[in-house]
Amino acid sequence: MSNYQTHITDMLIVGAGLAGERIAVEAASQGLNVIILSLVPPRRSHSTAAQGGMQASLGNCAMGEGDSTDVHFADTVKGSDWGCEQDVARAFVENAPLAVREMAVWGVPWSRVVAGKRTLPDGREIEEKKEKEGLITARDFGGTAKWRTCYTADGTGHTLQYTMDSMVVQMGITVHDRTEAISLIHDGDKCIGVVARCLRTGDLRVYIAKSTVMCTGGYGRLYSASTNAVINEGNGMFVALNTGVVPLGNMEAVQFHPTGMVPVWILITEGARGDGGYLLDKNLYRFMPDYEPKKKELASRDVVSRRMTQHIRKGYGVDSPYGPHLWLDIRHLGAKHINTNLREIANIAKNFAGVDPVKDLIPVRPTQHYSMGGVRTNKDGYAYGLKGLFACGEAACWDLHGFNRLGGNSLAETITAGRIIGKKVTEYTLGATLSYSYEQVNNAVKEQENRVKALVNGWNGKEDVYNLRNEMEKSLMDYVGIFRNGPDLQKAVDNLREVYHRSLNIGLKSGGEGPSPELAQALRLPGMIRLALCISYGALTRTESRGSHAREDYPKRDDANWLKRTLAYWPEGADLPELKYEPVTITELPPGDRGYGESSAQPEGGGKKNG
Amino acid sequence: MADRQLTFEIFRYNPLKPEVAPYMQTYKLAETTGMTIFVALNMIREEQDPSLMFDFVCRAAICGSCAMVINGRPRLACKTLTNTLPAKIKLFPLPVFKLVGDLSVDTGTWFRYLSEKTESWVHTSKVPDPKIQEERMDNAVANQIYEAERCIECGCCIAGCATANIRDEFLGAAGINRVARFMVDPRDERSFGEYFEIVGSEEGAFGCMGLMACDDNCPMELPLQMQLAYVRRKMAAYGLGYKEKKRIKPA
Ligand SMILES: Cc1cc2nc3c(=O)[nH]c(=O)nc-3n(C[C@H](O)[C@H](O)[C@H](O)COP(=O)(O)OP(=O)(O)OC[C@H]3O[C@@H](n4cnc5c(N)ncnc54)[C@H](O)[C@@H]3O)c2cc1C
Ligand code: SF4
Ligand code: SF4
Ligand code: FES
Repeated sequence: MSNYQTHITDMLIVGAGLAGERIAVEAASQGLNVIILSLVPPRRSHSTAAQGGMQASLGNCAMGEGDSTDVHFADTVKGSDWGCEQDVARAFVENAPLAVREMAVWGVPWSRVVAGKRTLPDGREIEEKKEKEGLITARDFGGTAKWRTCYTADGTGHTLQYTMDSMVVQMGITVHDRTEAISLIHDGDKCIGVVARCLRTGDLRVYIAKSTVMCTGGYGRLYSASTNAVINEGNGMFVALNTGVVPLGNMEAVQFHPTGMVPVWILITEGARGDGGYLLDKNLYRFMPDYEPKKKELASRDVVSRRMTQHIRKGYGVDSPYGPHLWLDIRHLGAKHINTNLREIANIAKNFAGVDPVKDLIPVRPTQHYSMGGVRTNKDGYAYGLKGLFACGEAACWDLHGFNRLGGNSLAETITAGRIIGKKVTEYTLGATLSYSYEQVNNAVKEQENRVKALVNGWNGKEDVYNLRNEMEKSLMDYVGIFRNGPDLQKAVDNLREVYHRSLNIGLKSGGEGPSPELAQALRLPGMIRLALCISYGALTRTESRGSHAREDYPKRDDANWLKRTLAYWPEGADLPELKYEPVTITELPPGDRGYGESSAQPEGGGKKNG
Repeated sequence: MADRQLTFEIFRYNPLKPEVAPYMQTYKLAETTGMTIFVALNMIREEQDPSLMFDFVCRAAICGSCAMVINGRPRLACKTLTNTLPAKIKLFPLPVFKLVGDLSVDTGTWFRYLSEKTESWVHTSKVPDPKIQEERMDNAVANQIYEAERCIECGCCIAGCATANIRDEFLGAAGINRVARFMVDPRDERSFGEYFEIVGSEEGAFGCMGLMACDDNCPMELPLQMQLAYVRRKMAAYGLGYKEKKRIKPA
């Protein structure tokens, strides 16, 4: 190892978003040595982009009255279309309120209850109680029976991440930013750390640890139209998959957010609809109540995205050079509300689409947004397949979200799972010893060095990394979107397989010196295509519709055959994942009707409030 | 604007190859509708020069990664539309920060230092007991804290600041704004004396020459001028021996 800078620590955390930093805080507070790796400075992690908020059943605001962990649990399970682990969901809902309060002590300026009467945009009168004044308030989000989404104005993710990082700074936790983990060091049984590439110098480095925790976020950027940050390329997931022994769970479960702004695909948060925004078609007609009389614009994301796509397919979309879209209308919320509570939306609309939502409509279309799938772990965060390996946050399939994540449940997952899993990994690490062989580490790093050399010298070929990347994106965009069917998915799998083979023959155009961005992309691309294949092959094989996975040729949920989770493995030398399945844990709520969406009857009237 | 041919002049230097002196490289690109500097630089990298270094993360003006000097002004590249610029666009990396290469600078290390130096965390003797109801806070106070916390650590205010360009230790408007964020937070138990130790020197509020380049350059439109004046007033009052209690709202 002497040729490489080597770092040895108790716990290595790959990823400095909310999930990674929360675990680091837990470990450091119990005296462990921790190193966090991150592609970017922690405060630039994608968690900061979450504007909307996080769910926790505090029940302080008027519309949250009567909320409880049980109601949150039921919403989460229904949202997941019964695909989630119910023991995980239970632990999550019980811990989410604690996580919110803890963040309040550490410094998050949560928005608070202001007592008094006010009128909601739909005309309902509500009164915030005096006795609740000053407690943490909440807003409405899709798929929830109560107002449960705690927030700080329009910057929830930002304030959570800044506060969490302030703890990391206070505790003096070591962060190596601009450092990318590119492979796991393991012997098929135990993980002892990673090989990483320094994005300042291009040098390879070795990190050895008793425990390694993948908190690397999602893979949104496999799709060209995604709300995700450009660094969300699924790195942690394929690094784990590449071991051949660690499976990814439910990769076919991809969330599309109803309101990505055309044509830059920047997210317009669900808060816009939660606060009373409408979706309009080309005739400026509000169409959602026709499809979803109960929840209207606020059914779960998978449902709203499908209804929008359906409506566009019926010819009601607004034509544009970027394809047909619909409108988001928040004008009736008024300038004051828009410019304070939804200011970030107003800025985004002004800066990137040149529209002022106080007087203009915002062009929107469903856009890739969230990865429900990821590194499969048990309820304590232990990855399947390798001892000493853990995962948490969007990179993981802990499985809180099943086939559809509720808005606000993901930020909540990062810090809540971070608390729960942080304790478990810490416990493991305190009891673990470090043993590794020079030989093993040396081989692992040599393997990566050889990959680099082959790319730089074009030993395997001259394929252009950016071309191949575009082809991968196109296959997913065209054939693995909101509505899916057998023939399209087969095309995706065939194309991607071909692109995968070509990706093994990439040669750089530039010299690849130092922190070469082309080399970084070339090192990642084959792994990214593997993920794309896990998504499309998993989707092809799952012959039912569940949550975000909507098969036109199999439109019904099929609990008899498919109440199970997909596990995708990548055996050495394969060009397709090997799929296995495991049962879903159901402890409290047997499969039933979601109460919204295509499977529910939609009788007009009844006039009852949301259940 | 249609059919404009854009000419980019971009600063090139790789610190790992000191034998090649810094130079300006020219690229030409056909403008497209809605093109931002983010879109343009990626097109250049993918189609013309895969070695070009620059940083983007959120591409939505949220994360603060992409500040650079665009035609003489520090700005966020992701939210700069090319149609707001002349056909000739000059790009330099931000000054003050350590250069990683080309347009990429190390703002992360600088801002971690800022956080350490200003002890940017809530100083509290309370141990969180999340099982009990949270402490109440007036929503107006929460908003006030959030207003100062909206800084995205992009570095534009630092790059455009005359003092920061000549004095290494100067914390700039971002640093002073950071202190203001904690001063207005009732959860932070620090006294003015403790804040004074942080910003009551030439490195802090008194190094500032008040030319207000920072205020003009902040992409988050933070009221930096107001925050500087507020902190300076408090510090001056403290320096002169007035005993002030903490919970005072900024002007
Ligand atoms: C625009 C947008 C808005 C959202 N709004 C909401 C919302 O309102 N409410 C909600 O609940 N959820 C929201 N989400 C989802 C939520 O923000 C994310 O799921 C969550 O923040 C993910 O956190 P994380 O800690 O798992 O990962 P991230 O915050 O994505 O962090 C990943 C970290 O891993 C690092 N990393 C990645 N690969 C490597 C590697 N190979 N080596 C080293 N480091 C690596 C990165 O540098 C980064 O630090 C939103 C998502 C988007 C895209
Ligand atoms: S006002 Fe002060 S902090 Fe702002 S740019 Fe001028 S010298 Fe720098
Ligand atoms: S104060 Fe404004 S300009 Fe300065 S770093 Fe923060 S966001 Fe950027
Ligand atoms: S890329 Fe995040 S601010 Fe520009």
